[in-house]
Amino acid sequence: MIDRLFGGKPLAPPHKEQNLIRARFKIERPGFVLDVDLSLPGRGISALFGHSGSGKTSCLRCFAGLDQAPDAYLQVNGELWQDSATGQFVAPHRRALGYVFQDANLFAHLSVRRNLEFGHKRIPAHSRRVPLEQAVELLGIGHLLQRMPENLSGGERQRVAIARALLTSPRLLLLDEPLASLDLKRKLEVLPYLERLHAELDIPILYVSHSPDEVARLADHLVVLEEGRVQASGPLKETLLRPDLPFLFEEDAEAVVDGSVSHYDPDYRLLSIRLSGTDAVLQLTHAPLATGKPVRVKLKARDVSLSLHQARDTSLLNLLPARVEHWLTLANQAQILVSLRVGDERMIARITRYSFDKLGIHAQQALWVQVKSVSLLASD
Amino acid sequence: MTNPVPHSCLALFAGLALSASALAGQVQVAVAANFTAPIQAIAPAFAKATGHTLVAAFGATGQLYAQIEHGAPFEVFLAADASTPAKLESAGLGVAGSRFTYAIGRLVLWSARADYLDGSAAVLKANQFQHLAIANPKAAPYGLAASQVLAKLGLSAALQSKLVEGQSITQTLQFVSTGNAELGFVALSQVYQGGRLSRGSAWVVPDDLHGPIKQDALLLKKGEHNPAASALIEYLQGPQAAAIIQSFGYQL
Amino acid sequence: MPLTQADFNAVLLSLQLASLTTVLLLLIGTPIAWWLAQTNSWLKQPLGAIVALPLVLPPTVIGFYLLVSMGPHGYIGQLTQSLGLGTLTFTFTGLVIGSVFYSLPFVVQPLQNAFEAIGRAPLEAAATLRANPWDAFCTVVLPLAKPGFMTAAILGFAHTVGEFGVVLMIGGNIPGKTQVASVQIYNHVETLEYAQAHWLAGGMLAFSFIVLLALYSSRRRGRQGWQ
Repeated sequence: MIDRLFGGKPLAPPHKEQNLIRARFKIERPGFVLDVDLSLPGRGISALFGHSGSGKTSCLRCFAGLDQAPDAYLQVNGELWQDSATGQFVAPHRRALGYVFQDANLFAHLSVRRNLEFGHKRIPAHSRRVPLEQAVELLGIGHLLQRMPENLSGGERQRVAIARALLTSPRLLLLDEPLASLDLKRKLEVLPYLERLHAELDIPILYVSHSPDEVARLADHLVVLEEGRVQASGPLKETLLRPDLPFLFEEDAEAVVDGSVSHYDPDYRLLSIRLSGTDAVLQLTHAPLATGKPVRVKLKARDVSLSLHQARDTSLLNLLPARVEHWLTLANQAQILVSLRVGDERMIARITRYSFDKLGIHAQQALWVQVKSVSLLASD
Repeated sequence: MTNPVPHSCLALFAGLALSASALAGQVQVAVAANFTAPIQAIAPAFAKATGHTLVAAFGATGQLYAQIEHGAPFEVFLAADASTPAKLESAGLGVAGSRFTYAIGRLVLWSARADYLDGSAAVLKANQFQHLAIANPKAAPYGLAASQVLAKLGLSAALQSKLVEGQSITQTLQFVSTGNAELGFVALSQVYQGGRLSRGSAWVVPDDLHGPIKQDALLLKKGEHNPAASALIEYLQGPQAAAIIQSFGYQL
Repeated sequence: MPLTQADFNAVLLSLQLASLTTVLLLLIGTPIAWWLAQTNSWLKQPLGAIVALPLVLPPTVIGFYLLVSMGPHGYIGQLTQSLGLGTLTFTFTGLVIGSVFYSLPFVVQPLQNAFEAIGRAPLEAAATLRANPWDAFCTVVLPLAKPGFMTAAILGFAHTVGEFGVVLMIGGNIPGKTQVASVQIYNHVETLEYAQAHWLAGGMLAFSFIVLLALYSSRRRGRQGWQ
């Protein structure tokens, strides 16, 4: 797919800064501060995560040049887009980027096809690396081409908006909460397309979201913003487990682990997933999946409990050997988040401080984790 | 151009001066625009002499006619011509037999520039100007008189393309006083005060070049039983009013 | 029908005046409305107020100022004289200029409303799709603002046809040049030719009603269309 889409052309001219996005934006206004300094991988999906008002969207608009931070530096895979030190500012329409707005922002006076063509025909033919038919197929919008935007559902609009952005053959794709305005059903409709983007296109994506689920499912790199400042920035799994960031998902602290399908029992409809670096498996009720298929699994801290011995007589399916890494007492002083290693993967358990003391938990302690519930995130 | 401020001040002034008088009545007068300045001079004199207050509304004669015809509360009509009051009288809107000529207008060819006219028709005949302003001959008596003058001087055809028409004699004066028209036919009363020209230069047109501009007054039905209205009709025919009217360049 | 050739000429002249004025107003009003809709400058309110002045001023005030300023001693008059154009009072050109001033808010305000309703979002989308600002204005803003342009053109045209005070003040009632329909109605009323006045006035009334009916109907259709 990638080869078909890009015809083997290089994405960017060779440069020492290739595969790196450097961004520094500083805006100070009464009641609003944005002060970020980021180094992001030049490929894959980087999530900008934070509560509303944390500056995520402002930050994204600075990337696009829709807002101009007075003190700023932005370089994307070797291309300089803004440097306030030299007064350089590339206007938004001269930046090879795609932007998907929260509410799609399709042109109401143009059909879906004309919307798609709008950006596509404005780039020189020789730089068009995404043919119209491919984008249409990738987002599954072939049947919508003759429609007007007013006759599309929210999910369809977002898919058209994503295709429209892709058709400008961007070097950077910016997604501003593309799922936020959708109900759960529509979200589930669009998410697989976002995963396909990730899997099939080699375009770095900046994804703004306040939804832990979306971030966990899609992101490779996580940036946590709080009140306009970067609280954390790093690879997704490491950052999710950072003990100094309890605010991250607060009550909903969770871990994401990668594994592969090792077995399927059609009688019990039970799927087994082997985690990397261990023989331990996670089991869950699920539709059949091909053996060996890579999957991503989410474990909520409140669904993980600890035991000093391997319980035999329990209805819980998932009992995994683990080792204690570190822990963090929550603000209520009654609960503790314990970070654990299982094979090469990490997960977190939320237990009471009482149990913590009773079990005498200490660093590097070997024990068993019991997982009450597991959900499969990605199945591409 | 009606301006409500001066005559309401006038009424106030007259009212204050005579607040002691138990007989003080009020009369609503519709006044042709060219007679604006004289009526403002007459009002306090009338109040002093009779104790009655005069409230004037100004407008073009045709416009005032339309208003009276449709029930405007005027009690006395001072028109700019003779035919309009006659029409009202025969239509039964005026008191029969009350109509009389209160002034005879004088037409003047006037320019805002002091050295432009030399007291004769020479400039008019030389035809070296861009615009000659006259009042609409169909609507305004002074416009009709002006067109008669041009005809009599044999200039109608030559000057046709230079003519600009004001809808009233007031507007005609505006065209000339702002310099948009170099010269124009206006009422002498508009540029004449205290027995002489107040500004610019002029040629006072001889009477024999146009029909008389008889301005007639009429006591309207609405004022039939108002002593103040009768008093005004009477006052306008007396020597005090005559002196004031003449001082504005009208004949009697 | 008691209408004379002069009446028909006056109607024709009104339509010519309104058409030319409307075209000029759309050309002049679009950048003004766009600027007013986009700017955060402190000049926005003062300029908006100036544009709106004809809404509240009696036409005779505008007419009076135009008469003075376009006259031989006024600023506009001095300018036009120095350009060899003479003075513009009592000319069709003068009426067009006066009408442009007088009808300006009727064109600028609907356009400004239309531009403001469109907002920045479609422009930002266009920018991220490689359209430069001028391109975006032509291909996104203009089509989206089409109902606003319709409203502006209809109101500007109708208001100019109905204009009286300014024409009266600077026109001079010259047949074929400045004697437009509204002034001709006034002439008929002044000279007590009520039958002709009725025909012309009734015609204007019907015209205005039809124009406004068309406007409101198209607005209703427009609303249904965009949602």
